[in-house]
Formats: sequence, structure tokens, C-alpha cells
Amino acid sequence: MMDYSNKIKEIAKKLLEEKTVDSVIGFKKGTLPMMTMPILINEPGKTDDLYWDSFCNMNLANYLPKRAEKVGIFAKGCDSRNIVNHIVENQIKREQLHIIGIPCEGMLDKRKIRALLGEKELKEVSESKTSVTLKGEGFEETIEKKDYLQDNCKTCLHRNPVIYDELLGDLLAENQGPDPYDDVEQIEKIGSGERWDFFQGLIKNCIRCYACRNACPLCYCPTCFVDESDPQWVGKSDDSVDTMTFHLLRAYHCAGRCTDCGACEQACPMDINVRLFTRKLNKDALKLYGWEAGLKLDERPPLDTYRPDDYDEFIR
Amino acid sequence: MTDKMIKKDQFMGFLHKLKNDYNVFIPAKEDDNFYNFTALGEKETFDFDYKNTRLSPKSFALPQSEKMFEFSLNKSDKDANILREAASDSSNTAIVGIRPCDANAFKVINANFDNPEFRDPWWTKHRDSLTLIGLGCNEPDSTCFCTSAGGGPFDEKGLDILLFDLDEHILIRPITKKGGKLLETADINQEADSSLKQKADEVKAASEKKISSHVATDKLKSKNALELFNASFWDDIAFSCINCGTCTFLCPTCWCFDIQDEVNYDQGDRIRNWDSCMFPLFTLHASGHNPRPEKVQRVRQRFMHKLKYYVDKYDNGIACVGCGRCVKYCPVNIDIREVIRLMNE
Ligand code: SF4
Ligand code: SF4
Ligand code: SF4
Ligand code: SF4
Ligand code: SF4
Repeated sequence: MMDYSNKIKEIAKKLLEEKTVDSVIGFKKGTLPMMTMPILINEPGKTDDLYWDSFCNMNLANYLPKRAEKVGIFAKGCDSRNIVNHIVENQIKREQLHIIGIPCEGMLDKRKIRALLGEKELKEVSESKTSVTLKGEGFEETIEKKDYLQDNCKTCLHRNPVIYDELLGDLLAENQGPDPYDDVEQIEKIGSGERWDFFQGLIKNCIRCYACRNACPLCYCPTCFVDESDPQWVGKSDDSVDTMTFHLLRAYHCAGRCTDCGACEQACPMDINVRLFTRKLNKDALKLYGWEAGLKLDERPPLDTYRPDDYDEFIR
Repeated sequence: MTDKMIKKDQFMGFLHKLKNDYNVFIPAKEDDNFYNFTALGEKETFDFDYKNTRLSPKSFALPQSEKMFEFSLNKSDKDANILREAASDSSNTAIVGIRPCDANAFKVINANFDNPEFRDPWWTKHRDSLTLIGLGCNEPDSTCFCTSAGGGPFDEKGLDILLFDLDEHILIRPITKKGGKLLETADINQEADSSLKQKADEVKAASEKKISSHVATDKLKSKNALELFNASFWDDIAFSCINCGTCTFLCPTCWCFDIQDEVNYDQGDRIRNWDSCMFPLFTLHASGHNPRPEKVQRVRQRFMHKLKYYVDKYDNGIACVGCGRCVKYCPVNIDIREVIRLMNE
């Protein structure tokens, strides 16, 4: 993935020089190991800031709504699906975009690596195709990438961008893997009381900072329901009922739209696996409506259409 | 007051003894991958290798949500429509292992919540109940820039007691009367010998040298506020920023709050909750007008407040203690050190 950096710089420079686009959205190397920063570049002379590694974990589609110019955007598989979502939901026009697709071998989970290192401070990360070397004061450790992938990348079935104008690197073989919804099935099996406790436990550290929501490309509402003050739908305190209301409602707003990109989880400062909420709905969208979000430009998502033969067992 | 000492293996005994007179909190991991201050129970042990807590200890005096008043809207109640101050616990609490930067943050917040003009009764009540027992930082992280923010890894300013971790021994330095009283209560009276004091000085000096992150803040005060306000770099910062509450909620010095009434039938509570200048609702007027309608105005506010308005108003340095939390946990790597550099240029 590292060798993508140079190609990314070249492509962006060319796009800006030839005025194919007015600006380019990509990543910049962070000031700390395992950190990257989404940036907007609009001068060919500044494309050297662009960068790529296995920690480009934010979803760049999040930066598209309300853009008026022609934009070049680097897109992993999941980012590209959220771009499709944005086009279908009229947040950006296809003609406005020049998508540079990046076949993605998975992003690494900085939370897992932090957990591995404990209180030892990571000073330097370097990666090869399959491994990552972590260095700090008095330690050097090489770990296998496959053991530290983000959970969503482990079960990702769309590593290749689904929509693009040009492609960086070769397309990858898609995972055929085990059922990606094993974890959801485990939770479905437990009784409703225990399930409630499980989800209460999941969010016990939530501070309502809304990083999960704000990192999510789906959450572009001008005023989110939690920020509505007239009428006010949700309390503002740290009462667990209000916190749960936020998570459950947000998950439902993502039903049939979530691409399981994992940006919400990676953004969370409290290491909460918020994807567990949306994944149940992803599974239902797939099992009940045969739908995976962000794959098709010419089909309306299941939750904004009605067909007489739609699954309706839940209506009693 | 003179420096005291105990053997490290007696430290837990000291903490448990403290529990007779104080609520004792120590950094602990519970079932998470990070530390937060936790009430000392049977299973917790003090980990001297801990770096810092994920959440700052400001919540001891400025909880995320605090019930200020209760009220009844039932006309037949004799105190209908009258605010009653809500009961709150302000019994003696010892925060053991707080880092000097976070203790310093109490001073920063204090400038705003307890000054000749205003005195916040909730803040002062909680603050007065706290005894801050700091642990000097033998191994500061590369994101620690306390020495550029008016503090240091063994800075004593905000603390009542400072602990030095010196291998088998702990040197215990009382700083305030409150700290001295706590040590008396717990019968800590063995004087530190001169070799241990010397070792403490060495550890302190070595640690200060280990601070690798330095940012200049010297020009902030003389800068023209309007020029900074209109600087072009805010647009770049705002592009990346997702306007979440991570930086403000994790920050030990961010003090902003919102007051809300929550009513259940005819009984209500008036609650003060943390708020964040990153949120659009923060400045939304009742008329519907929002003077900070876009990301750029909101993210600029956080940095201008900490690094310019506070500096100008209190003439007491910046409203950042250099703990590095926002540097580490901002999901899009907006690094305040970089912003300070841009502003101080
Ligand atoms: S949680 Fe719902 S209301 Fe809020 S931004 Fe997301 S989709 Fe919109
Ligand atoms: S809910 Fe999370 S995983 Fe789903 S699209 Fe939004 S950020 Fe991605
Ligand atoms: S990012 Fe994490 S802590 Fe913040 S609101 Fe979401 S789940 Fe809660
Ligand atoms: S600076 Fe970072 S942590 Fe703060 S609001 Fe912006 S994105 Fe969130
Ligand atoms: S480093 Fe960041 S979190 Fe820490 S005091 Fe400064 S602004 Fe606050």
C-alpha cells in the first residue's frame, strides 16, 4: 500500500494541472504514527502532501456533501460505496467527481495496536506487504497485518472500488470468506434481557462526543435529531437512556445505507465498537431485501421504495 | 512541610488507609484498554507505569452532567416553581496519581470559575473537596508539551502532594496545607533522607530533558486578534475537522457547559451538561440565527479561545496544559501543536 503514495501524488498533480478537477481530496501523513489527516488540495504545487498507508481509516466520502466544484477523490472500496450513496441520495453529482479507485487490502486498527503496546509509546511504524513493524523506546516488534485489521476489513466483500474513473493498482480478488455476520448471529441468539445488558455494556463509556456520527458519510443531515432543540427529541445529559436513544436512532437512520466502512469506530475516542449497532441492520437489509448499500447507481435503496412483495413479517 | 517517604510495597496499604477519611480514586483499566480514574476497591492496584487517563479528571469538579436544581410544576406543592438546590456529594476525595498537567488544568478552569467577578458554587464546592496527589512523570510521551504550556512533568502548581516514583521508594512531597493534612491523617511521617531527595531531583531533571515536544507561544499575546481571526489557515484546518466533541470532551481545560431543564410530568431537574464549541447548537440563538453556522467558525473558536482570548483576558499563559489528549485522539489528526505554531508565527 505504501507505494501508492507516489502514484497518488502524480495522479493528483496531473488532474490539477490539466484542470480535470478543481480540487483533490486525499490523505496527508499524520504528525503521529498510525494517524492520517483528510485534506483538500487545490494547487498542483501542493500535491506532495498527499500520502497513503494502512491507516487511512477515515471515509473520504464524508467530505463531499455541499461541494460545488469538480472534485478528485481517492476512494477505497468502502469510500466508493459511500460515494454511490451520496450520488443516489443527491448529495453530489456524478459529473462533479473524478474518482480514483484504490483496491484496498484492509486498514489496520490503531485501537488493537494500542492495546497490544499498552503503555509503551509507539514512535515509528513501517509496513511491508504483509507485516508492520512497531518501534519505540526499547522495543521493536513486527506483527502480521492480517491479525490487526479493522474488524470491518476482515469481513469486507468489496475491497475493490465499485465506481471509479481511474484505478490505482490492480483489482484484487474479493474475499469469499466465512459468513460476515457471525458476530451479529451470536448476539441475536442471546435472550432480549441479556441483549439489552450487552448493548448497555457496549456504550457504558460513551461520552456523546458524536465523533462516530460526524465521521460517518451518512450523517450529513443539516440538523441531526440529537441537535434539534425545538422540539427536543433527546435529553442532553449522560443519562444512559438518552445515550442509548442516540445510538439506536442513529443506527436506524443508517439502515440500508451503511457500508460498514468502520470510520465511526475508528473515530471513537472511547474505543466503542459502535458498528455492532449498524451491522444488525446491514444483515437484515441483506437477508430480507437482498440489499448491500452503495453498489448500484440505478436502483433505489430498499428503505425508500415500496414493493407489494417486500418482507413485512414485522408488521402485525 | 518536609518531604516524606514510604517503601513502594507499602503504597497500597497507605491508599487503603486513606479510605477511612477520603474517597480514593486511582487510575485503573477495568475491562477497557485505557485508564480512567476509578474508586479504589479490593481488586485495583496502582500501576506506576501508567501514562495518563483517557478522560481528564476535570469531571471530578465539572461532571459531564450535574443536577443543579430540582423543581415542581405542580401548583398544589407549596414550593411550586421554586428552584431547590439539588443535593450533591462533596465529601473529601483524594485523586491519587493525577498528572501535573491535569492538576494545572484545575488552575486554568479556576481562572474562569472562581475569580473576583464570578464564583461558580458547584465548581468551588467540588474543587474544595478534592485533594490532588500528583504523580510526577518519569517517562513523558512525545505528545506531552507541558513545559511549553506553563507546566512540567514534576510541576507542583496545581497539586496538594507530589509523588516521586524512585524504584523501591516513593518520595512524598506535601505542597499545600490540604496535602499536609492528608499525610497526617494517614500517618505518613517518615522523613525522606537526603539521598532519596537527591535522587528525586535527578529523576525530575532527567524527565524534563525527555520532553521532546516544544512549541513557542511567546507571540500569541502581542498578535492582533482580528488578524489571527481572519487568518487563512483556518480553512485548511476546518476542512479536515469533523466538528466532533472529542477534543473538547477529553481536554482537561475545556469548561463550556449548557444548562437544560428536564421535566417528567410535573417534576423537573435543571441540569448542567458539558457542551462543545464544535457543536452547531452551542451558539444557536432562540431566533434561529447562528453566529457560527459553519465548521470553520467553530473550530477556530476552540483554538482562538485557548490560545488568544484566554491569553488576553487573564494574562496567565495559554488555556492548554499540554497533556496531548487532543493530539492523540482527534480522529483526523488536528494537532494543536501545529495550530499553535501557525498562530505564533
Ligand atoms: S443520526 Fe440520523 S439525524 Fe443524525 S445526522 Fe445521522 S442520519 Fe441524520
Ligand atoms: S455507520 Fe459507521 S460503518 Fe456505517 S457507513 Fe457510517 S461510518 Fe461507515
Ligand atoms: S464516538 Fe464513541 S464516545 Fe463519541 S458518541 Fe460515538 S460511541 Fe460515544
Ligand atoms: S479538532 Fe479533531 S477532535 Fe476536535 S472537533 Fe475537529 S475532528 Fe473532532
Ligand atoms: S493538549 Fe489538547 S486536550 Fe490537552 S490541555 Fe491542551 S488542548 Fe486540552
